[in-house]
Amino acid sequence: MSSWALEVRNLRKVYENGREALKGINLTIPIGDFFGLLGPNGAGKSTLISILVSLTRKTEGKVRIFGVDIDEDFPLARKKIGIVPQEFNFNIFEKVLQIVANQAGYYGLSYRQAKERAEYVLQELQLYEKRHEQARVLSGGMKRRLMIARALVHDPAFLILDEPTAGVDLELRRQLWHYLEKLNAQGKTILLTTHYLEEAESLCRHIAIIRDGEVVACKDKKSLLAMLDTTTLVLELERPLKRQISLPGVSVNQIDAETIELTFPSRVPMSKIMKLLERKQISFCSVKNKTNRLEELFLMLTQKEESHG
Amino acid sequence: MDRGERTAYVTIVRKEVVRIFRIWSQTLLPSVITTSLYLLVFGKLIGSRLPLEQKVNYLQFISPGLILMAVITNSYGNTSASFFGAKFSRSIEELLVSPMSSHTLILGYLTGGVLRGVFVATLVSLVTYFIGGNLELRHPFWALVILLEVSLFFALLGFLNGLLAKDFDDINFIPTFFLTPLTYLGGIFYSMDMLPPWWQLLSHFNPVYYMISSFRYALIEAGEDTIMLTFIFLPLLLTLLYFASYYLVQKSSALRH
Repeated sequence: MSSWALEVRNLRKVYENGREALKGINLTIPIGDFFGLLGPNGAGKSTLISILVSLTRKTEGKVRIFGVDIDEDFPLARKKIGIVPQEFNFNIFEKVLQIVANQAGYYGLSYRQAKERAEYVLQELQLYEKRHEQARVLSGGMKRRLMIARALVHDPAFLILDEPTAGVDLELRRQLWHYLEKLNAQGKTILLTTHYLEEAESLCRHIAIIRDGEVVACKDKKSLLAMLDTTTLVLELERPLKRQISLPGVSVNQIDAETIELTFPSRVPMSKIMKLLERKQISFCSVKNKTNRLEELFLMLTQKEESHG
Repeated sequence: MDRGERTAYVTIVRKEVVRIFRIWSQTLLPSVITTSLYLLVFGKLIGSRLPLEQKVNYLQFISPGLILMAVITNSYGNTSASFFGAKFSRSIEELLVSPMSSHTLILGYLTGGVLRGVFVATLVSLVTYFIGGNLELRHPFWALVILLEVSLFFALLGFLNGLLAKDFDDINFIPTFFLTPLTYLGGIFYSMDMLPPWWQLLSHFNPVYYMISSFRYALIEAGEDTIMLTFIFLPLLLTLLYFASYYLVQKSSALRH
């Protein structure tokens, strides 16, 4: 049995208009992983996901889901995947329970099993009370949860989520994070694409960054973040600065009298920075990273590529 | 077809039937109303004054054609609208990501189309009966076979239309410019003997003429007996259309890029 939930080898996709969306991608996701796929718009994330779930035909390459080649046994490969697409893709005039139960039926669950399973996932996603409502009356957040319920109804081992929290308020986003963490803890492998980089940083163990149809980085989160050369801290000072300060090996940028930015190499220990500040008798009431670390790395990797191009 | 495929097929059919009854005022009622009007206006008021060289009255003569016209319109409309609607809302992806085969997908939608044709045929037959068409059933087996074949044929055409359509205009184009003229000129309201020779000749190139003619003959033994012709050629066309649909579902960019 394969130890990979997903193996992608030399995957290429050239659309009819000649655009090469994927340029020979190689990617592996271990079973049980929480994997983040990041990239700017048009990088090829959705094309890759569409190929995995058979909505797009690949031009070249191999894709295996839990060791099953999608070209050799597509029904078995598809049974292992649950997909939450980026855009709402259900019939808004159908009832919530009907949408989820029908999906179970398409996967071969009998009417009784499908109904039971649909009710279970709707309860899990707090949509049970809405089961007899038409999908069109649901709020945006509920529609997102409906799509997750639908993807889970056949109990797939591999869940693919294409920007599942887009347009969702913070509270619901946090709830969904907890739910995804719970699913992952239960053993489901999760592939997540998101524009909220703090989401990927908080949830994912491995992250791949894709740009122009190529994987530009694919590592565990810690190694990936270690690629960052510098750290920038924003300090809110207790007392306003009377004059410009300088710290050895640290670039200081004074935003206003009570706010400074310190940029230093990532390898420099934080304790050393604290000592330098102490020596200059600078005390502060709050400190935070200027940007999300992953966001910084994301920009670095994608912009680097841009300058090469 | 294994158990999983059967369940998937039944799920599509159930979904289609639920849809037909959920929007019954759009799917079932219009044909009942138009047929009633045709029967009253043409059958009762005008028809009684028309000379018809047949052994049946005009109301009886037009009834089979009206039933078949309802079947044609509804079977075609069901698959084209439902399938294109699923494409438009992208809910078709629910089926495409599932393990079901393309055969199951096509057969599910076709059955939905045929069932709507049968439901409407039943309702329209009841209307015909109550308005006084005095509908007979001379050859019930052949009537049923032709009704199902015609329904399946137009459901398949509708499926192809829904599959290839890019917008709602494409869904209306074929029924407006091809289906309606062919049906009206297929001899629902007149007998071939009433037409000039050139028109009679032209009518023999219209496939709907043979369908109506066969169905009429199976019901009331009036007009030209084209049952065998329809029975033999329609399955050939059905097979051809089915494999065209299967090829397009599998290979074309209409569903998968």
